[in-house]
Amino acid sequence: MEMLKVDSLAKSFGSRHAVRGVSFGVATGETVAFLGPNGAGKSTTLRMIAGFLEPDAGDATINGSSILTDRTKAQLSLGYLAEGAPLYLDLSVSDFLGFLARTHGLARTAAREAIARVAQDASIADVLSRPIETLSKGYRRRVALAGAIVHDPPVLILDEPTDGLDPNQKMAMRALIARMSPSKAILISTHQLDEVEAMCSRAVVIDRGELKADATPADLAKSTASGKLEDAFHALTRTEKAA
Amino acid sequence: MNQSFRQATNALRAVYLRELAAYFLTPLAYVFIAIFLIALGAFTFQIGRFFDTNQADLAPFFLFHPWLYLVFLPAIAMRLWADEARGGTLELLLTLPAPSWSLVLGKFLAAWTVAGAALLLTTPMWISVAWLGKPDNAAIALAYAMSFLMAGGYLAIACALSAAAGNQVVAFVLSVAVGFVFTAAGLPLVASAFGPGLAEALASFSLLTHFEAAQHGVLEARALVFYIGFIALWLTFNAIWVSARKGG
Repeated sequence: MEMLKVDSLAKSFGSRHAVRGVSFGVATGETVAFLGPNGAGKSTTLRMIAGFLEPDAGDATINGSSILTDRTKAQLSLGYLAEGAPLYLDLSVSDFLGFLARTHGLARTAAREAIARVAQDASIADVLSRPIETLSKGYRRRVALAGAIVHDPPVLILDEPTDGLDPNQKMAMRALIARMSPSKAILISTHQLDEVEAMCSRAVVIDRGELKADATPADLAKSTASGKLEDAFHALTRTEKAA
Repeated sequence: MNQSFRQATNALRAVYLRELAAYFLTPLAYVFIAIFLIALGAFTFQIGRFFDTNQADLAPFFLFHPWLYLVFLPAIAMRLWADEARGGTLELLLTLPAPSWSLVLGKFLAAWTVAGAALLLTTPMWISVAWLGKPDNAAIALAYAMSFLMAGGYLAIACALSAAAGNQVVAFVLSVAVGFVFTAAGLPLVASAFGPGLAEALASFSLLTHFEAAQHGVLEARALVFYIGFIALWLTFNAIWVSARKGG
């Protein structure tokens, strides 16, 4: 069953068409890569799915609830890590996670247990009492991810979760996503093609707001003479720009 | 209580507590309260000549509330939405499972609590007057309550303009300017510049006018309705301007 269903989403900013009728789905147990060059419309699509931007047309359904007509219910089933991992820097890690747990309706005891669980999962238990502004970039990214999963959502959307992390931190982040993947529908926007091959069961490619491909990384790689995913990505996104 | 309303109140409470923490875990609330109290004291005793009136009431004290609110309350509310836009946390906030009105109300109530705390800390004035003479305590209590409502009016303007402007300095300047219009509309100077009919109509929209009766111990139902309606109207603008940000 598709926990996340994106149906003909479209968005324009003035005369610029950022997203043009993009449709795809993600089922539980799937980790789907959302690929495209800078400015392709990835973040705009994710923001529409998360309810931050109103689409001009189309809809997104999360766990059976429409983001347009039943937004709050849809958002209760969603964990969203926005681009740049925004955080309240003045709060401590535990206060930040507590804030997110409360906004998702977790009672005091349930929130405490959820914070302990995600602190363990995201390896941030040692910094729970520290103000977020004192943390390194790697820790901040993990705190943001912990915030996205504190209410244990069935659907996760991660916008460039490993951006700016060092190789060790990237590895830890990938391991965490891999641990969560069997029980969740995960959509990851990324520029890291090695990450896609290592973690994702499918890749959705968009360019200039249009869907270009929806296939397994292996099938995409096979579509080129070199058999490399990088060349497939190049072919799918470069040709349009030349036209 | 249905699930979506319960969820909205959960978010409202969480946002309220988060904003209250942002005020009281930083010097912001303490600095605001301290300077507000010093300024109010200076105005009451130096300009209002509190002791020279030789009366056991707080008229010189309440006289300056609207003017101090006009300047001080935008200072505590200007960050509420503008800071979210600057820090990139607006996306985090607006993708929480909560309707816009619950976020707007949570932030407003936190700022109103800070204003209420500042007002509460002026009660030694009341105690002093009660000790020195026999004031009309009911009238003073009424003036306090209406002053608190009036503070809500100034705060609602500032909250809404913080969401509209998206920049703290612009939000502050706009809030003081708009607040001034809704204060000055009740001044005799403005009334004399217009005809009696128009002046009365303008005065009916003034935060100052509706506070005057309360200062004399008179509870006017229309003042109560005005303040509550005024707050609701500006919070509605606030919610509209927050929702408009979702349009991209």
